[in-house]
Amino acid sequence: MLKLLRRIVALVFFLCITFLLLDVSGVAHRFLGWMARIQLLPAVMALNFGVIAFLVVLTLVFGRVYCSVICPLGVFQDGISRLGNIGRKQPYRYRKELKWLRYGIWVLFVIALVAGLQCLVAFLAPYSAYGRMVESLLQPVWLWGNNLLASISQRAGSYAFYSREVWLRSLPTLIVAAVTLVVLVVLAWRGGRTYCNAVCPVGTTLSFFSRFALLRPVIDASKCRNCRKCEHGCKAQCIDIDSHSIDYSRCVDCFNCIGECKFDALSYRPVWGRKKASPKASEGYKEGEAPQADDSLRASRRAFLGATALFAGTSALKAQSAKKVDGGFAQLLPKQAPSREVPLTPPGSASVKDFYRRCTACQLCVAQCPNNVLRPSSDPEHFMQPCMSYERGFCRPECTRCSQLCPSGAIKPIGKEEKTQYRIGVAQIDRDLCLQSRGEGPCGKCVQACPSGAVSFVNKDGVRIPVVAEEVCIGCGACEYLCPVRPISAITVNGRNTHLL
Amino acid sequence: MMNRREFLSLGGAAALAAACGPLATKKDKAASDPGSMEYRINPVNGDKISLIGFGCMRWPMVKGPDGKDVIDQEAVNEMVDYALANGINYFDTSPVYLQGQSEAAAGAALSRHPRESYYLATKLSNFSDHSAQASIEMYRESFRQLRTDYFDYYLLHSIGRGGSRAFMSRYAENGLLDFLRKEKAAGRIRNLGFSFHGARSEFDYFMELFDRGELLWDFCQIEMNYVDWKHADGVRNVNADYLYEQLDRRGIPIVIMEPLLGGRLARVPAGILRQMKEREPDSSAAAWAFRFCGSYPRVLCILSGMTDMDPLVENVNTFSHFRPLDQSQRDFLEDMAVEMMEKYPLVNCTDCKYCMPCPWGIDIPGVFQHYNRCITEGSYASSASQKDYHRLKRAYLVSYDRAVERIRQADHCISCGECLSHCPQSIAIPAQLRRIAKYVESLKQDTL
Repeated sequence: MLKLLRRIVALVFFLCITFLLLDVSGVAHRFLGWMARIQLLPAVMALNFGVIAFLVVLTLVFGRVYCSVICPLGVFQDGISRLGNIGRKQPYRYRKELKWLRYGIWVLFVIALVAGLQCLVAFLAPYSAYGRMVESLLQPVWLWGNNLLASISQRAGSYAFYSREVWLRSLPTLIVAAVTLVVLVVLAWRGGRTYCNAVCPVGTTLSFFSRFALLRPVIDASKCRNCRKCEHGCKAQCIDIDSHSIDYSRCVDCFNCIGECKFDALSYRPVWGRKKASPKASEGYKEGEAPQADDSLRASRRAFLGATALFAGTSALKAQSAKKVDGGFAQLLPKQAPSREVPLTPPGSASVKDFYRRCTACQLCVAQCPNNVLRPSSDPEHFMQPCMSYERGFCRPECTRCSQLCPSGAIKPIGKEEKTQYRIGVAQIDRDLCLQSRGEGPCGKCVQACPSGAVSFVNKDGVRIPVVAEEVCIGCGACEYLCPVRPISAITVNGRNTHLL
Repeated sequence: MMNRREFLSLGGAAALAAACGPLATKKDKAASDPGSMEYRINPVNGDKISLIGFGCMRWPMVKGPDGKDVIDQEAVNEMVDYALANGINYFDTSPVYLQGQSEAAAGAALSRHPRESYYLATKLSNFSDHSAQASIEMYRESFRQLRTDYFDYYLLHSIGRGGSRAFMSRYAENGLLDFLRKEKAAGRIRNLGFSFHGARSEFDYFMELFDRGELLWDFCQIEMNYVDWKHADGVRNVNADYLYEQLDRRGIPIVIMEPLLGGRLARVPAGILRQMKEREPDSSAAAWAFRFCGSYPRVLCILSGMTDMDPLVENVNTFSHFRPLDQSQRDFLEDMAVEMMEKYPLVNCTDCKYCMPCPWGIDIPGVFQHYNRCITEGSYASSASQKDYHRLKRAYLVSYDRAVERIRQADHCISCGECLSHCPQSIAIPAQLRRIAKYVESLKQDTL
């Protein structure tokens, strides 16, 4: 009964959060946004004391149900281990707590958090790991499915679905997501909740409270026949039948054991204080390695090299043919991102520093950005955390979706009107590329495109050239996106460190 | 003439026959009665020309193996065979149409038929290079592409704009006119004429040349339809009723282009169509437009750029047992033209693609066609407070993205003005693109 309840609620949470991360229609976040906000790490980053208190109390009363129900990564692993256990009669046996690994990683995590090493935090945090897997690996599939529906609805003359651009937002992040997936699948396939009890810092944090939980599964030694069914069914591998004890720091309250026991020896009931018999030493432990730090380093180096390669060479394209014939299109080079000394972070983030300090790189904003502006950064300093760029669109004036979504408070919720108060960057013009400045105009695209009226023409030595009023520019990137010069625009936006005056 | 069975065997594939299944009944009806096609006799030389001519400017394109657009030759062959089998015998092309591929496709399709079974018209489209050498090379290349040794009708392509000065530089000062006269004398050009876009004074200049006997045009190609008859956009273009009257007075045979304004008069707004249907329930909007042009006796041939079999079959039906309009019907169309212009802010684009390729990659006709279609269909939001606003907004934005790739949409236009001189309709293209971009932006921001 308890198990069924757990499964139903877990499935609902899991599907909803996954949908939240996949959705591009802009509907999901209005109803499901709270599911991201009750994730522990984002709530801590957002200093959302209500949620933190709720989760602590929840764990103190019921144990680590958070790990079984709310955490999408936990439910995901349950699904994998379920598949892995098909045909296995005794999938699990008791294993000793991997203290050094577990608390070592936790200490490392806390240090990273305090020191602001968000990249390391994002590697380990469960919600971030799940977010990047969905964003990098599943969302493209989702979008292709959407585009298929779009082409069907186009044929049917309906506007129910419309095509969305599917593009590689960040190769390094994709690689990290793929590695994360492989590591998690291997761990869950072989040993159930190994990750949650040996690596996951959120799991370890909650274990500090779950040891003292009011309600726990308890073994009644007088009824137990030592059949070990519960032990073999425990995906946290925390039931030691030899001593009839359960390691409550690792128990995720899945209630499998209660269902397994034919003798009614297990029950979920109130227990006071901390009770845990020290189990006998058990044998070797092979699984449960942390995600490879090596891969991440390699990935970020590749990203860095890739980024520098992009900046090589610029040329404006103008179609020329000997005989003018009618029809056809001029070929357009795809736009490339310019180098930005200060990165662009979304309106709603008070400053670049504050943004990267709070962001847990869950990729929710990246997955949801309707303008193809946000993508995971490849900059080693902010690796996997989002940054903005304007090759495929600009930060449209009417859109505030990322600010409505962000669960960690890195982007504060703002309205359309407030948005213009955030000055996230300032446009600058490369006079060597600008058509008008080179006398290859007429072109006034940036002047015409600017929604804040920050770009205007002045006469310089008899030439009309565009200039930027730095104090008026909000850094939305309309000018950069629409600038006809390719592959790198003549007008580009550099980030501002502080966004609010 | 061949019957339908022969033409299908030429097409070769049973699959093709299956694909044309839905059309088969209509086709049989028309094909079984090829003698009913309306013909006009050229009073000058006795040519018997079908009143509907095949314009080779809008043939279907497909993506070639290298990703470039190529003409769907199989479809062209099928259409040309069908057209000939049903009495259409005038084909009009140019070296610049369809990214320069039209002549080759026409040549490939038509050379499968006896040369004397059709009249061929092409043009000297020396827009980019006026030199005698380049122009004569273009002329000779047309023979190779069209696989012929004579042209029935040869046109100086789109003269008028720029008046006598432009004409002198394109055709007179470089000696081309003398060259073409010689070619005509040698029988390689049977009729020499011109196609015209421009203002009244510019047209008068060419009529003066005629009156002075300096240039005895054998025929003239003008834009004519029931909208342009009295409302050809004023300043830079001249009304068709004036053109017709001038040519008629001089006895010059007239070929009509843009009888449907690039399809706009085939897809008229719902309110206009209803009135047409009230008068004649079984006549289509396109048929009304064609019948208008065909009602004038000096008209030799009406060109229609047919993209696929459906309009071709419909047009064959319209021009078989052709019924001209009487004065009251023409007056009715004049009322419709006025209503259309007053009520619907359409862009005057006929999708001729002369403006393309835009050096900055904008799909100019694509943007205009989409905009016009939305207005014609009524799927056009006019205010954020209207009842259907959100549905109309979504319909416009989604269909816009479907019709035109984002980086080729109106907001990317930099107003360089390169397109302006190419537009035969004198559309202020950058200003119109700006207007549409502004409209789209106001939809996106809900500030309409």
